[in-house]
Amino acid sequence: MAEVERDPFTGRETTGHEWNGIKELDTPIPRGVLMFLIVTHVWAIFWWFLVPTWPLGVTYTKGLLGIDQRTTVEAQVEDGQQQRAPWTERLASEPYDAILSDEALMQTVRDTGRQLFGDNCAACHGRDGRGRANYPDLTDDDWLWGGGPELIEQTMRVGINTTHPESRIAQMPAFGRDQMLDREQVRSVSAYVYSLTRTDYSTPENLDRINAGREVFASTCAACHGETAEGDMEVGAPNLTDAHWVYGGDLETIIASVHGGRQGHMPSWDERLNTAEIRTLAVYVHDLGTAQP
Amino acid sequence: MSELFHRKLERSAIGFVIAIIAAASVGGIVEIAPLFTIDETVEEAPDMRVYTPLELAGRNIYVREGCYACHSQMIRTLRDEVERYGPYSLAVESQYDRPMLWGSKRTGPDLARIGGKYSDFWHVAHLNNPRDVVPESNMPAYRWLGRTPLKMDDLPKHLAAQQSLGVPYTDEMVENAARDAYGQATPDTDFASGVTERYGEETTVSAFDGVATQVTEMDALVAYLQVLGRLTDAAYRGTAASEQPSDPEG
Repeated sequence: MAEVERDPFTGRETTGHEWNGIKELDTPIPRGVLMFLIVTHVWAIFWWFLVPTWPLGVTYTKGLLGIDQRTTVEAQVEDGQQQRAPWTERLASEPYDAILSDEALMQTVRDTGRQLFGDNCAACHGRDGRGRANYPDLTDDDWLWGGGPELIEQTMRVGINTTHPESRIAQMPAFGRDQMLDREQVRSVSAYVYSLTRTDYSTPENLDRINAGREVFASTCAACHGETAEGDMEVGAPNLTDAHWVYGGDLETIIASVHGGRQGHMPSWDERLNTAEIRTLAVYVHDLGTAQP
Repeated sequence: MSELFHRKLERSAIGFVIAIIAAASVGGIVEIAPLFTIDETVEEAPDMRVYTPLELAGRNIYVREGCYACHSQMIRTLRDEVERYGPYSLAVESQYDRPMLWGSKRTGPDLARIGGKYSDFWHVAHLNNPRDVVPESNMPAYRWLGRTPLKMDDLPKHLAAQQSLGVPYTDEMVENAARDAYGQATPDTDFASGVTERYGEETTVSAFDGVATQVTEMDALVAYLQVLGRLTDAAYRGTAASEQPSDPEG
């Protein structure tokens, strides 16, 4: 270090290394960058004292600000609940009639309900609530367990065919597969059910089969679906005389339903959503149904 | 002054190597040191059960198919995540996850609490072709899962491996792993009762893919998805459980 050689062009010191006549300059780090490094280091050390930083065995340095992610998020969630309290409290406690007749509150239900529906229900029932094959349309006036907000709330709470102790239970037995009906009976009763909504199917050549199916229906199906096939919301039996089908209303699908049975599953939301959320969704879904009959 | 020190350090080969090692290991030490006391710092969850063999097989399929690349399994302590997905994840909830599948990227949603949210039927339809149930989904279809019989004969080895890592599988569980995997997906057979005997009444025994006569990879994956977030109630027990680790001496 005794003899310092300076580069004649830049005036910088060199490192003293030389490769084939090329010498390396010993240029210091630009002042700006150096200052930035120093400031960030000082800031980091300062910050160690303010926030949780270093692990110490079974504990850690907690910091002077007392920040804890878990208490922070709990406070934020609490804060959000407080902000929403003016209407969530009403939704959680007021009777449905009062909610439905309050247009301002209903607007809130439509806005937040859409969000809740998207996060929780849309995977099956679709974002617009129109359902799809195997998942009921919630926008029509045809309901399996009833379309009043109280009944929708109950369905959401306990679910359908779940492990919830009060679960709604409904099963369409596998009449064909379990040999309660023979092949011909399955076909004729399906033809009869098909003819209920498709009047053009009742042609003279199909009439025998439809009549045979009507008898099978009266003895086998009417217990749940009713004498008139209009269903029974007490037991979740669908109305077979309208244009709304959960699994499909074409003849092949009806035969498949009679042959193999159906047992849908709606999860129970009791543990996942709170009362206000469930009731918001009940009103929202009810509103979907009445808004678009 | 600092330049002089650095100049000196640079010219001492051993000293400089040691300095580099020291600087580079800070990041590692900060991550590794807390693990030395992990037994004392992770929350308690006495109600937690282990994965059944079928669920473990499903977990292996989850890893094989790289689901973790698009789905995380960790709800962070952020308000929007807690409001959307449920209580934030606790360390104890993944104590039997070896390796852990927290993930670091969400192309799809977080799955930490997906168990029980949708029906088995929905999961099968969704895995067969996500567009059938979620039109805007960009998730690949996994149709072959329902056609591929599950390989069950090596499950005792998988359980034994987990056991050697400290997951509390009993020898009886290891021995019966293949039988229990079969039984959990075939509720009508004699093997079904052994599953609830060994893994608890909360275990779901069901024909997950809708076919009760054959055990496929679909059965295993759906069984796994349906148990995510349901091995313990620790996260739902509120602040009492969640404050334990941050306040051990109090």
